[in-house]
Amino acid sequence: MQEIFNIFIKSIFVDNMVFAYFLGMCSYLAVSKTVNTSVGLGFAVIFVLGITVPVDYLLNVYILKPGALAWLDPGFADLDLSFLSFIIFIAVIASMVQLVEMVVERFSPSLYSSLGIFLPLIAVNCAILGGSLFMQQREYQSLAQATSFGLGSGLGWFLAIVAIAAIREKIRYSNVPAPLRGIGITFIITGLMGIAFMSFLGIKL
Amino acid sequence: MSKEVKEREPLFSPANLKLLTKPLNLNNPITVQVLGICSALAVTVKLKPALVMTIAVMIVTGVSNLVISLLRNGIPPRIRIIVQLVVIATMVILVDQVLKAFMYDVSKQLSVFVGLIITNCIIMGRLEAFAMSNKPWPAFLDGIGNGLGYGLILITVAFFRELLGSGTLFDVRVIPQGFYDFGYQNNGLMILPPMALIVVGVIIWVQRYYNRELIEKD
Repeated sequence: MQEIFNIFIKSIFVDNMVFAYFLGMCSYLAVSKTVNTSVGLGFAVIFVLGITVPVDYLLNVYILKPGALAWLDPGFADLDLSFLSFIIFIAVIASMVQLVEMVVERFSPSLYSSLGIFLPLIAVNCAILGGSLFMQQREYQSLAQATSFGLGSGLGWFLAIVAIAAIREKIRYSNVPAPLRGIGITFIITGLMGIAFMSFLGIKL
Repeated sequence: MSKEVKEREPLFSPANLKLLTKPLNLNNPITVQVLGICSALAVTVKLKPALVMTIAVMIVTGVSNLVISLLRNGIPPRIRIIVQLVVIATMVILVDQVLKAFMYDVSKQLSVFVGLIITNCIIMGRLEAFAMSNKPWPAFLDGIGNGLGYGLILITVAFFRELLGSGTLFDVRVIPQGFYDFGYQNNGLMILPPMALIVVGVIIWVQRYYNRELIEKD
């Protein structure tokens, strides 16, 4: 139980998808112009990560890992299908995103139209594939650990994008030099936020 | 009846060469199109992984552009994204296996970021914006050009980060020992991820200062 909680907290603050690993930057930079769209996209990312990471964990343990297929037939014990990870993970993610797109279109058409192209672009959001790849690399011991990692990563991304959106809304009225306006200052602010988040590294979990 | 001779555009005509040069500055994938940021920042701690990443992205973008351009008239619109992802994923798996076989230490340094080339927005972005509606050779050149533009930024950021953060270039000590004896110290902050963002911000600042047309109008 303690381990699951630790993973959850770590993945939100210490291993934050945006500030520690820079995953999901493209949609992070493009959608963060207003807080409302950021909240919508953030929830979509939490949902997609919270489902794809556990599903990919199961696929990894029962199909992809070296020797994983031993449950099917002992003769497969030395088969290593991990090179198929990329394609299988992406297939799971693409289908999940298609599902999320249909659900959002049905239940919140205004959010659907304000997110526009960025909802299907969650499929190529590095944070989603990154979540699954990190889960595979870190070899979590149970489904609960993988799920808490997925949900925590999504929550960390949500936190990051809402924070930068709030700041961007405020600095529209600031005196930013013309060449830095828009993308340039956002990069620098995100860098500063990254340095601030490094303070969490001191927390012993 | 007049005889029409279809003029075949030479391989490296000015229009084609523009595809190679525009992404270097005015249409740079990272600083102008704002694509491909994720991996650009994470692998630039040292120059060697940055260079390997550039070559990997160049190959994947160029070849994927070529393949999708060849297939463009036969792909049903509904499953367009899936076909593109499959092509990209296959190329990345190949590149990943080659790296693991011939440059194992670099592939360990790059770790998950080789796999993340699949989700590199530059590749998807160019496939959608260019390869789906252009001929194979220009599409290939566009892919290589964008890879070069991406690499230019990567190498610039890695240059500063490695020089100021470790005092080396390509793992060769460049700052003489005398400086260290004098009291100079490596800037540890440069090795950390957030500095990459700030360096890119400064690069954007410089680029837009010299190319006023890129400044965003609010």
